[in-house]
Amino acid sequence: MLNRILVVGASAAGLTAAEALRREGFTEELTIVGDEPHAPYDRPPLSKQILRGTWEDDRTVLRSDALLAGLGATWILGTAATALDLPAREVTLADGRVLGYDGLVIATGAAARRLPFGHHLAGVHVLRTLDDTLRLREELKTACSVAIVGAGFLGAEVAAVVRELGLTVTMIDPLPAPMIRQFGPEPGELLRRLHEGHGVDVRCGVGVTALQGDGRVEGVELADGSQVAADVVLVAVGASPATGWLAGSGLPIGDGVECDQYCVAAPGVVAAGDVASWHHPGIGRRRLEHRMNATEQATNAARNLLGQGVPFEPVPYFWTDQYDVKLQVYGRSGAEFDFRIVAGDPAEGRFAALYGDGEQVVGALAWNLPRQARLLREHVVRSTPWNSAAHQELNSH
Amino acid sequence: MKVVLDQDKCIGSGQCVLSAPEVFDQRDDDGIAVLLAQPADAGTEEGTREAARICPALAITVAE
Repeated sequence: MLNRILVVGASAAGLTAAEALRREGFTEELTIVGDEPHAPYDRPPLSKQILRGTWEDDRTVLRSDALLAGLGATWILGTAATALDLPAREVTLADGRVLGYDGLVIATGAAARRLPFGHHLAGVHVLRTLDDTLRLREELKTACSVAIVGAGFLGAEVAAVVRELGLTVTMIDPLPAPMIRQFGPEPGELLRRLHEGHGVDVRCGVGVTALQGDGRVEGVELADGSQVAADVVLVAVGASPATGWLAGSGLPIGDGVECDQYCVAAPGVVAAGDVASWHHPGIGRRRLEHRMNATEQATNAARNLLGQGVPFEPVPYFWTDQYDVKLQVYGRSGAEFDFRIVAGDPAEGRFAALYGDGEQVVGALAWNLPRQARLLREHVVRSTPWNSAAHQELNSH
Repeated sequence: MKVVLDQDKCIGSGQCVLSAPEVFDQRDDDGIAVLLAQPADAGTEEGTREAARICPALAITVAE
């Protein structure tokens, strides 16, 4: 019998789990703990509309005060969880409080990775939280040249925004093209050209060896010996699942909290969102740092905490916006898969493509063809044989 | 039930069309969602609630 459910993490996944618990009929004691002082807010706009200043800061709030109050939950914000005692079913908070639970939702997300050097210098930023974003935005007002270390999701999105703000931008990554890990070499090359066409100095295939400066950052030293002047540096080298507070708890921790196909990590314990690694029945162990997954997985985890026994087997979805380009992916994508354009033409700035594992379609990409992305999703759902997907031309409808 | 769609927030994921195709569609050129009709029956209403819940851009509001 579940009398007390504790949700650790008050971002998209934690909030969604709490709402799903209420919707699925849990009426008992619900407590939500979050390390940030803010009410739940949305992260994708941070590196886009908020950094650019095109949205008011409070537009990222996930729910109105009235909706939050309607949840009937106890909120403990600005207080991190620091330890989990699995046998005793207790979570310790940074302020020393100990909270007992019958059911636990772990939704602590991920934290920005850092370089092993240079973060003590003023002007060196990471971007994960709203406060990070506001700090960076403030510094951009007086900056001239910005170096972005990392050309993944965050680095590429921020590079686009900073260029649009009119600043000099250098984007540096040890891999051969931007976002090649997510999209593979051909879209990666197109992204490189997109950024170069907008005036970004793209330095791919070379790592960063040092951040230079005395007190305040002045530049970046690259592995090829070259130097890039910068008065602001954004370190965008990925994120790590926030599992530090679970060390020694006995929960299985690998790349995230390791769950089964029901998002269950231990009896009475589920995990969801960026922090959760789970066994997808169709494609094996996965940890997804995508906005869509936070919602879908939290809903599933909540239902399974209530004993519904529903395997979590989504078709993953993510998107990125850079300049006037919207990229969307359903399913799996990346350099390890076959890649084939099935509609449109990169030269015209609009195309759709499929990813395959040699046997069947595993993913679909749309570059400024958002409607087609949804239609191509069917090939992923049905695992269309790769050969029969080969010659398919899509109409615009 | 009344559905409100904020096209300025919409990022064109098309998730709403998957949940409630009678209520939502996407524009051809940019994929931004459009409201075809207000939900007319219980099944469509449930699909519409689902669309609002999963929208990755929080662009759909449902007033019961």
